[in-house]
Amino acid sequence: MRAQLPKFLFVLVSFAALAVFPHVAGNFGVDLATKIMIFAVLALSLELLVGKTGLVCFGQAAFFGIGAYATVLLSPSDGPASVATLLPLCVLLAAAYALVVGALSLRTKGVYFIMVTLAFAQMAYYVVHDTPLGGGTDGIYLMMKPALGDWLDLDKPLVMYRFTLACLLGTFVFLALLGRSKFGHALAGIRVNEQRMRATGFSTYPYKLAAFVVSGGIAGLAGFLFAVKDGFVNPEMMSWHISGEVLIIIILGGLGHLRGALIGAFAFALLQEFFRSEAIFGEFAKHWHLGLGLTIIASVALLPRGLVGIPAQLFGRKPGTHSGGALAQATPTKAGHAQP
Amino acid sequence: MDLTTFLIQCLNALQYGLLLFLVASGLTLIFGIMGVINLAHGSFYMIGAYMAFALAPFVAATVGGGFFTTLLLGLILAVALGYLLEWAFYSFLYTREHLQQVLMTYGLILVFEELRSLLVGDDVHGVQAPDFLSGSIPLGDMMVYPVYRLFISGVCLLLALGMYFVFAKTRLGMMIRAGSTNREMVQSLGVDIKFLYRVVFAAGVAIAVLAGMVAAPVSSVYPGMGGLVLIICFVVVVIGGIGSIRGALLASLLIGVVDTFGKVLVPQVAGVLVYVLMAVILLWKPDGLFKAG
Repeated sequence: MRAQLPKFLFVLVSFAALAVFPHVAGNFGVDLATKIMIFAVLALSLELLVGKTGLVCFGQAAFFGIGAYATVLLSPSDGPASVATLLPLCVLLAAAYALVVGALSLRTKGVYFIMVTLAFAQMAYYVVHDTPLGGGTDGIYLMMKPALGDWLDLDKPLVMYRFTLACLLGTFVFLALLGRSKFGHALAGIRVNEQRMRATGFSTYPYKLAAFVVSGGIAGLAGFLFAVKDGFVNPEMMSWHISGEVLIIIILGGLGHLRGALIGAFAFALLQEFFRSEAIFGEFAKHWHLGLGLTIIASVALLPRGLVGIPAQLFGRKPGTHSGGALAQATPTKAGHAQP
Repeated sequence: MDLTTFLIQCLNALQYGLLLFLVASGLTLIFGIMGVINLAHGSFYMIGAYMAFALAPFVAATVGGGFFTTLLLGLILAVALGYLLEWAFYSFLYTREHLQQVLMTYGLILVFEELRSLLVGDDVHGVQAPDFLSGSIPLGDMMVYPVYRLFISGVCLLLALGMYFVFAKTRLGMMIRAGSTNREMVQSLGVDIKFLYRVVFAAGVAIAVLAGMVAAPVSSVYPGMGGLVLIICFVVVVIGGIGSIRGALLASLLIGVVDTFGKVLVPQVAGVLVYVLMAVILLWKPDGLFKAG
């Protein structure tokens, strides 16, 4: 239990800092932090699959996009929709697509699984990109932002910030509890050695499918938040670049830990802002990808366990002696490799 | 669709498919043999195309031009680049898990794209086909078919045959095939596996660069071209079965046909056809068409 305490304190302090942040930051800061928190929700949804279950999904943008498009398309044009009905509906729709995609793609493994999930995401992308359903390539606007009574008007940036923070906290707590449940232990078992799980009598397919559906639903929640925050959706939300970016975020943060997804989301976005800022780099700021790319390469070379592994590296603790343990320790070489 | 149009589309499909095969074969080799997921492979194609654009004036100024001189120079640079990259960035990735490789090679993509932007700029450029290949062959009464596209198909076919020869008939090919099945065993038999990997990687880079160079006059060069090729090549690799050259050839021809005829017959859904094809094939055969090993 003592080893858990620093982690718990870290999470507690982070959320407390996020809660007081709007009091010290300006409009720009609040807007940026809202966006980062939305991506953190999306990253958490993928962390459940990649870090906890060992399923590398390359189609998370589809569920994100479906949540966002559902938000816009299901909002009435004559008044604000109710958050209490719209939000669950968006989550359910994303989860429903995840059920279909998961049921089919979980037949494959490893890199094949990565590519099948990409294929289904691309199908969703082309549906909104090439049909008039969602305004085609131009995207569509959300006319009236959803609300709940008078006290939750998501049109106000500060309310939106707090609502997003609440969603992030809710997702984090939900996934943390899930990880400690029997279900979570089964997922961990599947990640470490699926054969052995099957040998001990677990039918692993339903567990993986359930994880996939839950993950899709959470990504749908992130999509809802994104659509409400920007008041605008376009097909690029569903492109494979977003799926890739979320994957990069959680690897950068450190797999196998929920806080890795949080750290990764903030680190990735802040690095982007840093290298993009003209105040620091002047003219060179438009080549911000260069600095970002070099930083990522350096982080792979120097931090094999991601950002979350820095304290352990500094204080020389051995990896994987307790809890979680990243994918690295479980399957050192051949994870997702095709060779039998 | 009359017979001539059909024929032309068949040739286009063949040319596109063979070009995909060149890039994808390097990807499947690097993945199948070295176990590295190389997201930066599309960037090598992009680098090749930009080399065709940037080296041609340089070659013209120094040795008075020459299409094949440019290709040769590009090829030498590509081998050097591949060798260097393997040494600097990839050699420490073999023992890491796949997702670390994904992160690393993603970083490389960003770096390559920005270096391209710094060196050549962000404009779309056309590349001239050499004069002796810029003619057209008449087909039927109305249609013509450009010679250069036939040239691309020819080059790709030659390379494919060359690769087959190296793999199936030479000692090097034997070592590579053995290395992909069991790394430790080959090493204990006295083969310098590190050097072998470096050669395979450099060859993979060189083939992708060459594909980019010969494709440049047809596709023109533009920012982001690497990303498009990368995703399609991954599709080819998984349809064919990871590590299988034969599978990659069949899958790229299949995708060439589906994509080319899709654009002609059902343009509304052409973009998604390739992915539908992949999903169907993988649901039918979860390990791709030809499993290596």
